[in-house]
Amino acid sequence: MRCFSPLIRLAGITKTYGHGQAAFQALKGIDLTIESGDFVAVMGPSGSGKSTTMNILGCLDTPSCGSYQFQGLQVENLTRNQRALLRRHFLGFVFQGFNLLPRTTALENVELPLIYRGEPAARRHTAARHALQQVGLEGWEHHTPAELSGGQQQRVAIARAMVTRPEVLLADEPTGNLDTRTSQEIMELISRFNREQGLTVLMVTHEPDMAHYAKRVVRFVDGRVDQDLRNAEVT
Amino acid sequence: MWWNTLLLALRAIRRNLMRSFLTVLGIVIGVAAVITMVTLGNGATRSVSEQIASMGSNLLMVMPGQRFGPGSEGAAKFKSADVEAIRNQIGGAWRVAPVVNKTAVAVYQAENWSTVVYGSNEDYFQAGNWELAAGRTFSEAEQRSGKAVCVIGETVREKLFGGQNPIGADIRIKQFSCQVIGLLKPKGQSAMGNDQDDVVVMPLRTVQRRLAGSQDIGRIMVSVRDEASIDTVQRQLTLLLRERRNISESEDDDFKVMDTRQIAETLTSTTKILTMLLGAVAAVSLLVGGIGIMNIMLVSVTERTREIGIRLAIGALEREVLLQFLIEAVVLSSLGGLTGIVLATTASLALARLMGIPYLFDPGINLLAFFFSAAIGVIFGFFPARRAAGLDPIDALRHE
Repeated sequence: MRCFSPLIRLAGITKTYGHGQAAFQALKGIDLTIESGDFVAVMGPSGSGKSTTMNILGCLDTPSCGSYQFQGLQVENLTRNQRALLRRHFLGFVFQGFNLLPRTTALENVELPLIYRGEPAARRHTAARHALQQVGLEGWEHHTPAELSGGQQQRVAIARAMVTRPEVLLADEPTGNLDTRTSQEIMELISRFNREQGLTVLMVTHEPDMAHYAKRVVRFVDGRVDQDLRNAEVT
Repeated sequence: MWWNTLLLALRAIRRNLMRSFLTVLGIVIGVAAVITMVTLGNGATRSVSEQIASMGSNLLMVMPGQRFGPGSEGAAKFKSADVEAIRNQIGGAWRVAPVVNKTAVAVYQAENWSTVVYGSNEDYFQAGNWELAAGRTFSEAEQRSGKAVCVIGETVREKLFGGQNPIGADIRIKQFSCQVIGLLKPKGQSAMGNDQDDVVVMPLRTVQRRLAGSQDIGRIMVSVRDEASIDTVQRQLTLLLRERRNISESEDDDFKVMDTRQIAETLTSTTKILTMLLGAVAAVSLLVGGIGIMNIMLVSVTERTREIGIRLAIGALEREVLLQFLIEAVVLSSLGGLTGIVLATTASLALARLMGIPYLFDPGINLLAFFFSAAIGVIFGFFPARRAAGLDPIDALRHE
């Protein structure tokens, strides 16, 4: 059991917003297990709780009830700071709205998580340049987000998430703001990291085309897991 | 952690140059205004007290009549016997100088100048804080015989002699000729605004005989050895003169003993009030600067809340984010404060020279203005950030 402890295990996770009469239950008991190296697409209609689940997995939000184990660690018992350290060392985020620091160059954006990790300047620069190179942005290091296209901004965001070599990449509709071709490029990039570096990817999307890149598709309906399928096409 | 956070703070400042510049500017203007106003005010106060000191220190003026100007003519003048009585009977009186003054035109060769001629004795120079630039004052014999000798002030020398040496020259005053034996060091303007150097001083007897034509003494200057005994001497003088002038208990004094300290205090307190007023106006500008900073900081809260969300999401600890914002605020407000101090020093030096008052560095107001501005910067830069950093990362990220 100990040896086969999964990377992530959610059990009976609920999330309620508001109090009393106005209370709204976004999650009604989620059970989900994710193995290391998997590529999971989370799908479902709006309001089905897929983003909420993603935020709880990313320690950006706290569940109302239930158990969340990360590498056997009981996350709901952690303090704010401990959850921040978990994010710092094990998780990488890609958001629909990119969430880069404005008026800050691509290089400095990518360096940011390394600064919080306390990496020395030389190592930080090398790693950040390397990460930008990996997402195909060599030569764009000194451009600010305003000078980059949407696809390029999302690449910077991916470089920022990957520069720390995280265990899990959490992507919340990473292609939501991009056109079809750019979306495909971004998905190629993410699945390449999954294939080549064994990165575990959790991705929320409502585009079936994008879900095709995943190995497993979990479908949410009304705050519960409705369907959990292996993608036949991708091995 | 410190070093990295400092790096992050400096990057954030550079990233928002306009916002940083406006924040600094607000502080600079406030700090510079307060410091300049107070420094100039202090300089003005000092200059007034210096002028007062030049009138003579620990000095009592005894004048006939109860007030200046019209109405005082009726009161009896003093006589030489009064001066002798003061000198002999009041132990605290150090210098006693009887003074008679008359306006007269002084003539030297082709030049003439209308001035005031003072008749007095040797004590006049000490009581009035006069120093000699050249020559000598009157001898005992000259005073006794009422010889036609005089000591002149700088203004008179300039008007009559120009570049020539006045010592030993004869000037003509009214119908008699008078030898210049001394030149006084210039004192400049008095606190009342008149030229103290526009004087010709002669022995008392000379003026009484040749100009006034009477034995009357206009006023008596009494200089007191130490400041503590001024009040005692003032009281003794009043009693002595009441007795000598036969004033009964029910009657008021028909003379006045004036303490120059009182004049000094009145003038100094006036300039102090002005300084405070200027300071208050400047404090308002510091406050307005502070409100400007507050505005800039609060307007940027939306953007910065998202920034805080991003930082928290990629693994920053709450205290690291807070420390960054604190450093940002401290760096900007200190920069503004220091620039303000430099600007204030430059402006005060230039203005003090222009206004002819001394420049006095006041560390208190510099520190006060600096820390006040720093406090504003820190309060308005730090506290909105503290609220944002306390949010769940996802709420900070979603902040619109």
